[in-house]
Amino acid sequence: MRITLWGTRGSLAAPGPETIRYGGNTSCVEVRSKKNALLVLDAGTGIQRLGVRERGGAGRIDLFLTHLHMDHIQGLGFFEPLYQPGREIHIWGPPSPTLDLRSRLARYLSPPLFPVGLRDLPCRLALHNVPPERFEVAGLEIKADLVCHPGPTVGYRISEGSRSMAYLPDHEPALGMCDFPGPAEWTSGFDLAAGADLLIHDAQYTVEEYDERIGWGHSAMPDALAFATLTGVGRLVPFHHDPTHDDAMLDRVDSATRAARQLPFELLAGTEGSIFDI
Amino acid sequence: MFQKAIELILTRQLASSLAMPIFLVDPSGSLLFYNEAAEQLLGSRYDETGEMSMRQWSSRFAPIAEDGSPVPAEALPLSIALQKQRAAHLAFWIRGADGVAKKVAATAFPLEGQGGRQLGAVGIFWEES
Repeated sequence: MRITLWGTRGSLAAPGPETIRYGGNTSCVEVRSKKNALLVLDAGTGIQRLGVRERGGAGRIDLFLTHLHMDHIQGLGFFEPLYQPGREIHIWGPPSPTLDLRSRLARYLSPPLFPVGLRDLPCRLALHNVPPERFEVAGLEIKADLVCHPGPTVGYRISEGSRSMAYLPDHEPALGMCDFPGPAEWTSGFDLAAGADLLIHDAQYTVEEYDERIGWGHSAMPDALAFATLTGVGRLVPFHHDPTHDDAMLDRVDSATRAARQLPFELLAGTEGSIFDI
Repeated sequence: MFQKAIELILTRQLASSLAMPIFLVDPSGSLLFYNEAAEQLLGSRYDETGEMSMRQWSSRFAPIAEDGSPVPAEALPLSIALQKQRAAHLAFWIRGADGVAKKVAATAFPLEGQGGRQLGAVGIFWEES
């Protein structure tokens, strides 16, 4: 698999010269299989550039939404393949006990918030609730599971052969735990990430910020490191950077993390445009 | 699946933060978790006992009805919540770990997860005497 980060920012897009390296676009990750199948994780503002690159393409696209907070769907209406007649696009999202995925997405993709409605899109669009069991898309094995974040939110594990990546961009596994990490079986997201070759994980806050935002659904860097250690991943990509954190600050956090201790995994910078092969 | 469902994890975390005794059981009635306040009722620490079958944990209470007769396990609120998938409430007497008889009220409700999954039940105890 080849994994490309199109948007790494959390909560709010933060473009500007001070965020040029880590990026200002909100969550969007491309997963490309060996057989060139295209999976997209989340539709934050980063999906707009991916859509431009896909201009003129013809292959099926599967878009997996972790949840429907605005920073994860804001780019959806600007994803060019949706406007390509006949292009086959599948959108997968977490089930809700009250409304189906189409109704929830239509709250955004309809006037007055957006001029074009879902029903007006010329592509061949199919919407699906992610099933609780493992399933297969284009030769890739997909596992979705609910994780600790406000509202119905899933993380994903995508496997191709013996290789796997886990994507938990909005995740607060330390919530309510006085000593994190605790037992693996009582840790949100453990099964999704266990032994993954690559983990893309929420690391939005500093420790000081987290203390003031407990329960908002995000992690501080030390908790992301502890989660990656507990799950035994090969590589960790800190993700969902806070919109107030500029490149200089994220560099300082990265340097301090590497200097503080020997990590049992490889720590990679979560910069927009990064490409990882697993 | 090794990890518990997120709904159970969050319930455990909530229970850990509350001061009244709370018990969390799986669909078979096995005790998955009890908090510190519940440890005082059971007389043992969760870290020492781990998970327990319904027979094990219900026998520790020796529940007695107001008329002095034993309360069968299937009449306990947690059992009703599991078997009939509804909330249940009952007041009865127990002999706590300290050997003192206490009147308690227990309320239990089933835990239904996303997609209609039956995840178990939660029991909350209040001491009335």
